[in-house]
Amino acid sequence: MSELIIKNGYVFDPISGIKGDKADIAIKDGKIVDKVSAKAKSIDANGKTVMAGGVDIHTHVVGPKVNLGREMRPEDKLFRGSVRGGIVKQGKRMEMGFSIPSTWKTGYSYARLGYTYVNEAAMPPLMAPHVHEEIRDTPIIDISAMPVFGNNWFCLEYLKNKEIENNAAYIAWLLKATYGVGIKCVNPGGTEAWAWGENCVNIHDPVPYFDITPAEIIKGLIESNEYLGLPHSLHLHGNNLGNPGNYTDTLDTLKLAEGYKAKNKFGRTQVIHNTHLQFHSYKGNSWGTFGSAAKEVMDYVNKADNITIDLGCVTLDETTTMTADGPFEHHLQSLNHLKWANCDVELETGSGIVPFVYDKDSAVVGIQWATGLELGLYAKDMMRVFITTDHPNAGPFTRYPRIIKWLMSNKARLATLDSMKGKAKVIAATDLASMDRELNLYEIAMMTRAGPARALGMSNMYGSLAAGADANIAIYDLDAKKLPTDPELIEEAFSKTAYTIKEGVIVVQGGEIVAEPPNHTVWTKVTMPENTQVMRDIKEKFTKSYTVNLENYAVFDDHVYRPRAIEVDVA
Amino acid sequence: MPKVIENVGCPYCGCSCDDVRVTVSDDGKKVLEVENVCAIGTEIFKHGSSDHRIRKPRLRQPDGSMKDITYEEAIEWTAQHLYKAKKPLMYGFGSTNCEGQAAAARVMETAGGMLDNCATICHGPSFLAIFDNGYPTCTLGEVKNRADVIVYWGSNPAHAHPRHMSRYSIFPRGFFTGKGQKKRTVIVVDPRYTDTANVADIHLRVKQGHDYELFDAFRMVVNGHADDLPDVVADVPKEQILEVAEIMANARFGTTFFGMGLTHSDGRNHNIDIAISLTRDLNKVAKWTIMAMRGHYNIAGPGVVWSWTFGFPYCLDLTKKNYAHMNPGETSSVDMAMRDEVDMFINIGTDAGAHFPIPAVQHLKKHPWVTIDPSINMASEISDLHIPVCICGVDVGGVVYRMDNVPIQFRQVIDPQGLLDDETLLNKIADRLDELNAQGA
Repeated sequence: MSELIIKNGYVFDPISGIKGDKADIAIKDGKIVDKVSAKAKSIDANGKTVMAGGVDIHTHVVGPKVNLGREMRPEDKLFRGSVRGGIVKQGKRMEMGFSIPSTWKTGYSYARLGYTYVNEAAMPPLMAPHVHEEIRDTPIIDISAMPVFGNNWFCLEYLKNKEIENNAAYIAWLLKATYGVGIKCVNPGGTEAWAWGENCVNIHDPVPYFDITPAEIIKGLIESNEYLGLPHSLHLHGNNLGNPGNYTDTLDTLKLAEGYKAKNKFGRTQVIHNTHLQFHSYKGNSWGTFGSAAKEVMDYVNKADNITIDLGCVTLDETTTMTADGPFEHHLQSLNHLKWANCDVELETGSGIVPFVYDKDSAVVGIQWATGLELGLYAKDMMRVFITTDHPNAGPFTRYPRIIKWLMSNKARLATLDSMKGKAKVIAATDLASMDRELNLYEIAMMTRAGPARALGMSNMYGSLAAGADANIAIYDLDAKKLPTDPELIEEAFSKTAYTIKEGVIVVQGGEIVAEPPNHTVWTKVTMPENTQVMRDIKEKFTKSYTVNLENYAVFDDHVYRPRAIEVDVA
Repeated sequence: MPKVIENVGCPYCGCSCDDVRVTVSDDGKKVLEVENVCAIGTEIFKHGSSDHRIRKPRLRQPDGSMKDITYEEAIEWTAQHLYKAKKPLMYGFGSTNCEGQAAAARVMETAGGMLDNCATICHGPSFLAIFDNGYPTCTLGEVKNRADVIVYWGSNPAHAHPRHMSRYSIFPRGFFTGKGQKKRTVIVVDPRYTDTANVADIHLRVKQGHDYELFDAFRMVVNGHADDLPDVVADVPKEQILEVAEIMANARFGTTFFGMGLTHSDGRNHNIDIAISLTRDLNKVAKWTIMAMRGHYNIAGPGVVWSWTFGFPYCLDLTKKNYAHMNPGETSSVDMAMRDEVDMFINIGTDAGAHFPIPAVQHLKKHPWVTIDPSINMASEISDLHIPVCICGVDVGGVVYRMDNVPIQFRQVIDPQGLLDDETLLNKIADRLDELNAQGA
């Protein structure tokens, strides 16, 4: 029976509505409780900011494409700050890499930022055992992973025939087979088309052979998700990512959610989570006329309360792009001519990897940077808008403190803008220079823990300081009543917590790793009557088309580490 | 009653077939029958219950003989020597599961040593090319279901990967390839008329060591410079080059499988580099992928496991303990051995005694040498200590990575009868090292 009490901090907890008041947070046996005995160990948080442990709704940290990125980029390990500067090992294992850190560095780095739960955004089902091996080797942070469905042959066939019930039964089976948490959809239909060297560039562009459109796939996956009542909604990376003028396709995509209402017991309100919206919010018809459509897109999102988004902010670093959007990565390598990896996965998905330098002196990059921040600054309901960098696509997650700084300080934004060679073009193509909104700590808490936790359907466990939640807590060395005038100090405070607590254990103290309790694999266990049609279809596809036997496909129970199931019953 | 175990993974080649049927004796100690598997795979399963298997660690005595010792003594001996060594090297992993490879990473990070795998003598040049040019690839099921053009270049699956052509590439009837071999065009590029060339539609008999030139010729054609091509390139006539380039450019889905014929002939990593460049060129006009014919059933494994652990797939220098360093040539096993730089050698799941150059082995032999392997081989017979372990896929299960980096879950089929698996053994060595380091600190 371990007890802990955090005293006198400025507490920001949107789930329980605490907006920076001084309060004590009590912890017993790894959970938040109303009170503890006088014997509880006490942490003095006087003059500090206390929030729930951060929740990352969209990140690429474990699995085959992340790892091929590590493998093909030895240069990502070289000459990167403290790594080669004689860093003293803090945890049990060494920390390597910058944009695609080793699993150990990933766990330690998230913990140092005050994050305790992250959601891996794309798991190719065939490669699920790989994902779980990496989760085993990632310390401290809990991890869930979303299998990709938007180009899966089963779904394409069921949805073409409008068989929502069968599609849902297949999804439930696959979540169990992969220990996955929810439905991810990447470039619906486009990645299947890429297996023939083609793409689906808008929501009405039919998928070769399968004769279904991306719009039908998206609507079908929404309906399947709500049929099952999963904790999270459809998690969508739409068509035509990254191209000038794509915001109209984005609006067309978002409008597909109209008329749908979330059905679940987890407190989730959205039916689509549209991820890394920055990459989908561009005007223009060429790179020369490229511009931000953040206002147009956010005007729609602000009105549509069944949609959540994350930003996908560009951090102005050299990084490694990686996505299941295979045709996009092929397009990107034709633009920057750097090395290119691709992996098409039988019957399921594909992926690509290309290193990318977000050079702040390129006007296009400056406009992308401004677009991401504008999305956050135009947002009205911060419980539906989350901070991400689509790690590592727009930049590494270790830059979250910098994004927070930019969102909280106009001075910091203008200083960065001022340092850009293409400043004039960036100002002309975006609204950022004229936006003086500065987000406050309560809004940041919504965008980094409470909001993502609610959108994932897990706000009773994560992102909350209410009694009963996991005792995951970040204490930042930031006096909420006297915020520093120098924005660099805001970034500094969010970069290294004074304390990070994971399930009641102090894991970071003074910005350094001090303990490594085992993490959990979070997944969704759906119980529903067996669907004989679907089981027959599964057997047939494995007999005829897969190269792995059905009996070896589902992840063996002993290859899943410390699983934590979220239970869903479908009558 | 004998028991039949199905869906068993085969611990032989990079095909990592997972459809083997093994019949074992009632007591679970003997393999009686093996089905669905090639001749070589059969022998590995049979060896699992051979009476000749070594079941206890053996330590060399001053008179040169080997004496049976306990696992505890073997772990202590290995940990003490690792603790003392300044630059120990652990090399191998062609035949271990990923759990063992992860534990090995922990041992060598704790010991502060060098860690390397068999890629260093096979597909290391492919890694170098991937570092420079990327890797546009696919899983083997994509080849089975879609490919209408297959190229085997410098590889001979008929002998090295016996079921590759029947399970994945030429013969299977996949979803979009219902007519199987009839609708596929198979091109083999090899200086020899191999048994694989025997089933090809077109065999390009490239001049030995001149593969780069032939790739360059294809790139010229694909990029519109066919007119500048000489009449013959690398012993292949221009007409044939144009014919094959045409087939490649018109493929619906093409795959190039390459092997040691490219990585270990003149050009080495440059051959792979230009093969990747040709694949990139072809993707402007068609759909093309490329894949290394990885040799062993889990030799892709250490590259995968160590990339997530350290960020590098092979040739790891962990001597600084705080960070990893990789520089093939400097930190590659054979080069270090030739320069006599390592002062302890652990050979695991391979046979450096058979595969390394003799001068390299002579240098390594001057220092403590441990072999961790289920079998008697040349390395085990010159070792100071031989620690027998489970055979992955026979006495122990685990995750392995097929040549296309697809993880395959292997099963245990017989009782290990007291043998430790690699993971358990290595973690015990690491635990003991932790104790020694704590005492020394």
